[in-house]
Amino acid sequence: MHALRKHLHPGWLIIAPLLVLVLALYLGPILNILWLSITDPEPGFGNYAKLGESDALVRIIWTTVRICIITTIFSVTLGYSIAYAMVHCHQRQKNYMLTLLLVSFWISILVRTFSWLMLLGRKGLVNVALEDIGLIVEPIAFMRNELGVLIGMIHYMIPYAVLPLLVSMQAIDHRVMDASRNLGATGSQTFWRIYLPLTTPGLVASTLLVFILSLGFYVTPAVLGGGKVLMVAEYISVQLLVTLKWGTAAMLAALMLFGVLAMLWIMSRFMKLSTVFGGAAR
Amino acid sequence: MRAGLFSLFNRIGAWVLLLFLVTPALIAIPVSLTPKRFLSMPSGELSLRHFQKLFTSEEWLSSFFQSGVIAVSTSVLATTLGTLCAIGLWRVSSKYSELVRAFLLLPLIIPQIISAMAFYRLWIPLGLLDSYAGLILAHTILAAPMVLITVSASLATFDPKLEQASKNLGASNWTTMRRVILPSIKPGVFAGALFAFILSWDEIVVTLFISKFSVYTLPRRMWNGIRENTDPTVAAAAVVLIAITLIAFVVFAIMSRRTAKNTEV
Repeated sequence: MHALRKHLHPGWLIIAPLLVLVLALYLGPILNILWLSITDPEPGFGNYAKLGESDALVRIIWTTVRICIITTIFSVTLGYSIAYAMVHCHQRQKNYMLTLLLVSFWISILVRTFSWLMLLGRKGLVNVALEDIGLIVEPIAFMRNELGVLIGMIHYMIPYAVLPLLVSMQAIDHRVMDASRNLGATGSQTFWRIYLPLTTPGLVASTLLVFILSLGFYVTPAVLGGGKVLMVAEYISVQLLVTLKWGTAAMLAALMLFGVLAMLWIMSRFMKLSTVFGGAAR
Repeated sequence: MRAGLFSLFNRIGAWVLLLFLVTPALIAIPVSLTPKRFLSMPSGELSLRHFQKLFTSEEWLSSFFQSGVIAVSTSVLATTLGTLCAIGLWRVSSKYSELVRAFLLLPLIIPQIISAMAFYRLWIPLGLLDSYAGLILAHTILAAPMVLITVSASLATFDPKLEQASKNLGASNWTTMRRVILPSIKPGVFAGALFAFILSWDEIVVTLFISKFSVYTLPRRMWNGIRENTDPTVAAAAVVLIAITLIAFVVFAIMSRRTAKNTEV
């Protein structure tokens, strides 16, 4: 005991409460779920074998991955444009832009999902407006399909895409761009060959962050998909709360978890993770 | 010249996008003012009956109250644990402490549905399902990483020599912490507390799994309203939530401006 106290920094004493809490009440049950995926209902890789047998499961995973990829592409591209405009305008204008971005970041996910429900329904504001100005005769189906899910998800993810990009763009030394122009490069050459490569770490961070967050997204797909677009998160919840099949749900959760950890690992190769989280929290 | 035109074009696009981010939520305002009994846009006449219902309905009021209790408790617990932990990690700062820091950030990035599963799984044998304690504990674990981040950011600008000086002058560890470290990281602690409050106040996925009848938080009631998709009281609740968000945002902005001024001096 004495030897331990000598080697252990006293700082660990105040780290311990949170660490113990997270280990016992969070890591514990997560490991339990991983264990369940190979033991429930019977030991073995039966749950994983279902991936080869069941078309439904494969379809759900494919839907999830496809929606996540499209969401990520749109969010990051649009986010890049916002971040670029924010870095390249006057401080005042930038502050206004940042305010809008953060306000949207802070508005409850339920409020936003509710709003989309009001806007996108068959008799929603968008359809009514389009009919009134005579652009369409029949209402467009925005909901209960992938289009609605994508609109809701991209809308939610854009702020997450912007923040890491903003951090990375602000760190760029703008004299490099001036040098490029002085050496005779055109504006677009400077952008594609100097600016874009310099923002790669931010792009990677933003892409992976949005992809990870989209993977486990539950609220928006469940409401705007209206049961027609089944993604992994909703499927897991049905398995647990309705059909009580822990094994299949645990297998899907395990796949998702390993996917997320793999992406975090890739992300850590490109930039310090703490800067990404720090940027996203502010 | 072409670059300038491109920039201008992009800036206009960015403004349009930013407005696109904020404006959809505003539709809750007209819908909440409809005089009809079902969700609809008001035509002509406006009415406050749904707000009246919101503020007189026992169910909605109890949800506001329960969410408030849970969010405040979560914020206090997460801020205490998170701040202590951040100070500890900062003082140890070794290879192991950085590993621990990375590990403790996981609840923030692991998909909520997996966290929900984990809590659900453990709360059944512990008998914490559908209880205040269960929700507060789960929310605390999800929110503490936020506090860890904001406090660590504050600590990064704190001069360790001040701590040394305090100890050299004879202050105990506890006194140093209370009188020297805590006052200088106050902005990080407050920001963390606010984020923790918001996270809990707004949390739905984990809540859906671990609460049922006796604890019915505001997001849970909104979720139900959204799924039923008939009662305009949901719209009134959404408007109240937007107002609370805006107030919290203004408070936060004023607070961080004040800190910025203090550090300048």
